[in-house]
Amino acid sequence: MTFVIRDEDHTLANSLRWMLMKNPAVTFCGYSIPHPSEAKVNIRVQTDGSITAVDAFDKGLCDLIDLTEHVKTTFVSKIEKLDYEVPDTMAITW
Amino acid sequence: MSPTELKRSRVQLHADHVSNVSSMDFPGTVTTGDGDDDLSWSLDRFKQSFDINITSLDPMTLTFDMINVDASIANAFRRIMISEIPTLAIERVYVAENTGVMQDEVLAHRLGLIPIRADARLFEYFDPASQTATDLNTVVLNIDARCERNPAAPDDTVDPYQKYTHFAVTSADMTWVPQGFQAEAFAVNPIEPVTRDILITKLRPGQAVKCELHCQKGIGKSHAKWSPVATASYRLLPEITLLQPIVGAAETEAFRKCFPEGVIGVAKNADGEPEAYVKNPRLDTMSREVLRHPQFADKVRLTRVRNHFLYTVESTGIYDPHVIVAQAADVLIEKCKAMRKALVEVTQLGVEV
Repeated sequence: MTFVIRDEDHTLANSLRWMLMKNPAVTFCGYSIPHPSEAKVNIRVQTDGSITAVDAFDKGLCDLIDLTEHVKTTFVSKIEKLDYEVPDTMAITW
Repeated sequence: MSPTELKRSRVQLHADHVSNVSSMDFPGTVTTGDGDDDLSWSLDRFKQSFDINITSLDPMTLTFDMINVDASIANAFRRIMISEIPTLAIERVYVAENTGVMQDEVLAHRLGLIPIRADARLFEYFDPASQTATDLNTVVLNIDARCERNPAAPDDTVDPYQKYTHFAVTSADMTWVPQGFQAEAFAVNPIEPVTRDILITKLRPGQAVKCELHCQKGIGKSHAKWSPVATASYRLLPEITLLQPIVGAAETEAFRKCFPEGVIGVAKNADGEPEAYVKNPRLDTMSREVLRHPQFADKVRLTRVRNHFLYTVESTGIYDPHVIVAQAADVLIEKCKAMRKALVEVTQLGVEV
């Protein structure tokens, strides 16, 4: 099944492709941007039949959210540790 | 390191090409045979291996390492930092008077590129349909600069900065006119250009620039003036492996000179002879100079660690750089959530799946 996403680009498509390929039930996943001046991405997902492509796509999105949330919490906690080179005058605000 | 492990985790540099470029950490690609063969996604495994190390932070730049993520994720963060984090920038210039040599449109373009320090998270996007400017979507700045002869200037001076008043129009001439809620919300951090010494145009006596500037919220994707970073980039961690020892004063010196200062160190080995060792591979530019020397080509292996990213985030000064990284994560999460919502809507429409 091919998903057509408007107003997205390599940012989401490539990370989502990677996440879908991590799923053992996905036999093929690839994306393309058919024309550079059209803000459109085609993501093709093919599964081994144990789950539907829509479910695999949704799982990929959920996993990507989990990953990003972990990256953010790790980053925030590391910044707040203040164990790196930083001027004394700098106050850490978010 | 086993050949499979090498292939899986390193990008290898040769004299005339680069090999093992694509990642292959997917189920059903390769096995290392060391029992760690499950390459499917697991949040727990990711949490165990993932790490971030901050190197340095100041109000303009942040350098940090992101370890054990795929290039697609690292690249998503970089791309979002450059083009999808909202800021405020001058979008409309209402020119009342511009008698200087710079045309209105050139002036407006230059003004647009000046970074304005204001937290865009407190603002809404300007609605192009209604075209209504409110305190929630527009910040107003004024410029009123008039150049005159300076009567106090010494007779013999040729310096225009002394001869005339207001010879140069700079970002310091921009004054903020608070609207509605803004005066209170930005009482502590008043809205102003990030730096006060940005030259906008130059005037001669009798010339003047008078305009009203409207800042709107936007993202770098539509125009680079909205990008919160001067640049955000990453590179892979360089790795130099000595396959055979490099010994002897002349040899070690020649070897050391193939790399930037500080990459290779020389120490006395057990036999009391000088021997080269890798001191700090991070400083290497991966110029591959060493591979041009036939006596070294087989003794060294140049690789990059595929999942170790060294980021440099240079802010324009609107946000502290660590805020930009945190916001990038939020933007990516929002994208995924919006996509999930759209997916539900599409499947409920009864599209055949």
